Amino acid sequence: MYKYDHIDRKIVNERVNQYQNQLDRYLNKELSDEEFKPLRLQNGLYIQRHAPMLRVAIPYGLLSSNQLFKLADIADKYDRGYGHFSTRQNIQFNWPKLEDSPNILRALAEVEMHAIQTSGNCIRNITTDQFAGVTHDEIIDPRHIAEILRQWSTFHPEFALLPRKFKIAITGSKKDRALVQCHDIGLEFFTNKNDKMAIKVWVGGGLGRTPMIGSVIKDELQWEHILTYCEAILRVYNLYGRRDNIYKARIKILVKSLGIEAFKKLVEDEWKYIKDGPNTINTEELERVGEYFSEPNYKKNIESNLKDYENEKAFTQWLSCTNTHKKKGYRAVTFSLKATGNAPGDASSSQMRAVANLSEEYSFGEIRVSHEQNLILADVQEDKLYELWVKAKEYHLVTPNIGLLTDIICCPGGDFCSLANAKSIPIAQSIQDLFNDMDYLHDIGNLNINISGCMNACGHHHVGHIGILGVDKDGSEWYQVTLGGNQGNFASIGKVIGPSFSAEEMPFIVKKIIEVYLNNRQEEELFIDCVSRIGLEPFKNYIYKESEVSE
Amino acid sequence: MTSQLIKGRNIVKDDWITAELAKAEQIVRMQAGKVVAFKLSGEDYPTNEQVSKTIFPDTGKVLLPLKVFILHQEKLRGRLANEEIGIWFSTHEEIHKFIEAIGDLNNFPLIAIHVEKFADGRIFSIGNQLRNKYNFKNELRAFGDVLRDQIFFLKRSGFNSYLIRKDRDAEDATKGLDDFSDPYQGASDILEPVWKRIKR
Repeated sequence: MYKYDHIDRKIVNERVNQYQNQLDRYLNKELSDEEFKPLRLQNGLYIQRHAPMLRVAIPYGLLSSNQLFKLADIADKYDRGYGHFSTRQNIQFNWPKLEDSPNILRALAEVEMHAIQTSGNCIRNITTDQFAGVTHDEIIDPRHIAEILRQWSTFHPEFALLPRKFKIAITGSKKDRALVQCHDIGLEFFTNKNDKMAIKVWVGGGLGRTPMIGSVIKDELQWEHILTYCEAILRVYNLYGRRDNIYKARIKILVKSLGIEAFKKLVEDEWKYIKDGPNTINTEELERVGEYFSEPNYKKNIESNLKDYENEKAFTQWLSCTNTHKKKGYRAVTFSLKATGNAPGDASSSQMRAVANLSEEYSFGEIRVSHEQNLILADVQEDKLYELWVKAKEYHLVTPNIGLLTDIICCPGGDFCSLANAKSIPIAQSIQDLFNDMDYLHDIGNLNINISGCMNACGHHHVGHIGILGVDKDGSEWYQVTLGGNQGNFASIGKVIGPSFSAEEMPFIVKKIIEVYLNNRQEEELFIDCVSRIGLEPFKNYIYKESEVSE
Repeated sequence: MTSQLIKGRNIVKDDWITAELAKAEQIVRMQAGKVVAFKLSGEDYPTNEQVSKTIFPDTGKVLLPLKVFILHQEKLRGRLANEEIGIWFSTHEEIHKFIEAIGDLNNFPLIAIHVEKFADGRIFSIGNQLRNKYNFKNELRAFGDVLRDQIFFLKRSGFNSYLIRKDRDAEDATKGLDDFSDPYQGASDILEPVWKRIKR
């Protein structure tokens, strides 16, 4: 993985000093709340319901065991012994003290981490595929470009105060696991006619209050021009994005109001005079950064011993949480942070230490965070899977529900977040409680439930097969349900099925949805395919008719 | 009172007089119960009436509102040649619309950009465009809500003079210029990205 050199170290240390000074001036009343706000936000510090929340960057979701050990220490020392992994592959601490925040940043800097630009109106953490580097269908390991973009976007002077936040995602494989169509900029690598690596550039996608699938602004961009092309897009957005209304400030609104063609023209006009300029990437730089992500020392001729455990049902069921690997004899293992009773994405410090230890023993000391809020060991030998499973089980990391109904993506919601209209974690937990039969879950098959506590959509509810959105009606919490959302190459935004439900009703509504699916599915048909085939009517009829009768 | 003007990295006396626009009645716009703080790019402000009513001194170095300069430019030729005329405009004004009317930007020894709210990041892109798209070489100044925590970014976006907000210590603000020593990306002050400047 990427290792800091003297330049990176200096920047992060200078940042800690700068922030310490900003905080001191704020506490000294030399800075107003309004002036301090963007400064603390760009350091990941929110003022929340109970205490500040600190969001720490995990660039493109990649962690070393040392870093994870440090996060566990921070959780113990400055928080309440746990952290929350977010849908942007970052980690959030919910209970730190404002005065401690520079010390936390210092501790992070020791292991080459920081909280730079994890919030605020700037370019946020660059996200990518959690299986980068180990999948079969990869055109390029997207982390090379992600790291180049990370450096370029860090303290980019021109884009330090954008109209609103700005998110970039990259996919290097044919199958998109990075949601590129739902980002402000999405970069999709492909091989062109001449067998050369090129990029399709998406712009103006996003979830939030006004969900939109992005538009293609450039069918084919040569990779050398990524930085200058992104710069041109961001310049047009910076100059013309709406600053008068926070709800209309994202780039998607600008793209929509101008139309993609007019927007593209503005971008191309800006690009003309910076194309081939100093920020053009060259092969040497791509290779220099790429070196850091070179293949670990994979073992050859691994003999699978999975047959020996055929009768261990719990283990074989859990194998569904492992992914195939480009190297024969290896698998990528996903540890579920969605055990029943666990707030989705939360990990205790002891779980963090356990995962760090297991990564050293079984996966070259590296861990990935997925935007589905789980932890991944990407390079595990097949013949060690059983051993790993036994050890990880002790720490409740092997709930075999990856990709299933209870692998719920969920924001912190009204329990923690001051923006939220409604709680989200208890909804996730009540659904997990109702669906606790693993065989039944496996029978239902792949199904994503996404829950957001408000329309900021941190839980990505629009792209959940079942999306649940907390809404406020006359001061009480209600939940609106959407069906048919999807992520990946065929991304779509879910449609609202009708009036919203109470928290108590929610698990049973999900149950009814599942019943309609099971009654209608053709063999092997996935939930999402069934929904697109039969439409919303059968679901609406079943759910709302019954409740009318009961009233 | 000492000067609030930082030029390069020194505090110097400001020998320019800024011509303020004639007052006009401004409609306060509200959005969700809050006053809207930003004018939209391309918004028609200042109005023609304001521009025609704006007065400015007949002698000395004067910083004129962009549209006021355009209105009077015929009779300002001599003073312009004497390097007595600079122009200023606000972050919502679109320079590309006026560039033909004002001719070579390098005739002005000073261009100043007014930023009403420090959080208005348009000023950075305007700096970049003036330096790199329009090749402006002379003094580029930020004034208005200009504070210590933004001037590093202003410097990197091509500004080289900063009139710090009245209630803040300009001396203290100069420290902001040194927040970072080796920035990653190429920008208007240091054109090359770090991987081209330093062996990594």
